[in-house]
Amino acid sequence: MSHSSMWDSISGIIRRDLLLAMRRWSDAAMSVFFLVIVVSLFPLGVGPEPAVLRTIAPGVLWVAALLTCLLSLSRVFTPDYLDGVLEQMVLVPQPLSLLVLGKVLAHWVISGLPVVLLSPLLGLQFGLEGEALGVLVLSLLLGTPTLSMIGAIGAALVLGVRGSGLLVALLVLPLYVPVLIFGAGAVTSSMAGIGGEANLSLLGACLVLSLFLAPWATAAALRIALE
Amino acid sequence: MIWSKYSAPQAFYPLAGRLIPWFAAVAVILMVVGLYMGFFVAPTDFQQGESYRIIFVHVPAAWMSMFLYVVMAIWAGVGMGLNARLSFMMAQAIAPTGAMFTFLALLTGAMWGKPTWGAWWVWDARLTSELILLFQYAGVMLLRTSIDDVRRADRSSAVFALVGVVNVPIIYYSVQWWNTLHQGASVSMATGSKMAATMLMAMLIMTIAFWMYSIAVILARVRCVMVERESLPTWDEKPAAMPEAVEAR
Repeated sequence: MSHSSMWDSISGIIRRDLLLAMRRWSDAAMSVFFLVIVVSLFPLGVGPEPAVLRTIAPGVLWVAALLTCLLSLSRVFTPDYLDGVLEQMVLVPQPLSLLVLGKVLAHWVISGLPVVLLSPLLGLQFGLEGEALGVLVLSLLLGTPTLSMIGAIGAALVLGVRGSGLLVALLVLPLYVPVLIFGAGAVTSSMAGIGGEANLSLLGACLVLSLFLAPWATAAALRIALE
Repeated sequence: MIWSKYSAPQAFYPLAGRLIPWFAAVAVILMVVGLYMGFFVAPTDFQQGESYRIIFVHVPAAWMSMFLYVVMAIWAGVGMGLNARLSFMMAQAIAPTGAMFTFLALLTGAMWGKPTWGAWWVWDARLTSELILLFQYAGVMLLRTSIDDVRRADRSSAVFALVGVVNVPIIYYSVQWWNTLHQGASVSMATGSKMAATMLMAMLIMTIAFWMYSIAVILARVRCVMVERESLPTWDEKPAAMPEAVEAR
């Protein structure tokens, strides 16, 4: 297959998914509001002490990002599974893992990118400032695509399974642990004045590894679900 | 003897039945010897006193928990590659034993942590990664039970087990860099052991005992899985229709 047709198939999928998401923009808006509400609950529970809030900010924001990604996972494959589009995708000559990559990237644009864009605002609410705020945005920019990649594996595995909403959380959340540690660690270490570069590099490594392996595993899981 | 004939559940069922008592007997003998050496023969630790003796259960259990996950993933991979039913059955049979050892390692770790560190639980790297390993075992087992179609259940949980095996080292190192309080490994291939010889001997004996126990239990469970899936007629050692035909082959 030529290089251009590979790119065409990915970009075609991305265009289609983004178009569908725009037609049903309330789904994406729900993720954003969920994120804001979850993050706002923590000061109410922990108390408004600025020093405490600043300490827990990286963890809270990152966990909220994980949960937001998790809740939107059911939208990656389920609609296409229900209306039969997914079966057609398995049958087309383009490799399924490429199409999966397109779908995951579209999922990231819909549910991950808003988190990244909103994070400076939420960071300010928790008293982060200056470099730490920048590192927070950068860590989410590097980390959220990895969350979408890993999450897609789980979403494909539980396709059409009873109780899939809880099950996907159970499967995916343990796999998210390294991303959480490196992501929140980057912000924490930059707040401590030792710079977040090491953790950011590790986040980048996770992203590359998941870009390489996850579409392949997701495609295998989809084939199993559809056979 | 053609080993591949035992890849058929019909042939493996009676073989497993014959092997179980041997592995079980070896496991019991070694466990008695290992525990006796560990609790009565091995010297008292000059720093930790008697409480260190839990390691004779703790360390072998932790080793087995990780080892069994890898073995389960290997069986899952073989099943995916060769499309062999028995491999998936083995993977299914291994998961509960692995989860049990993971839980045992966490439990004994907590019992050791209280007198030594002064806390039942600390967010230490090894504890945390062991806890996440338990979650992974739970994920494999729950994914399987949530899917009614046996073929899909087999293959889906195999994919998840394989994804997990890639992830376990990453998780391990990520939590290690995150925080570590656990004492460094006392036994390593590179530098040899820093322990007294009897302690090491007792620990190795316990490891082999747990290993034999695992094989016995997993073989017994894989027989249950076969009975469940293939609707074998009885629990009897020689079910009427099956093994005879195989022996004759």
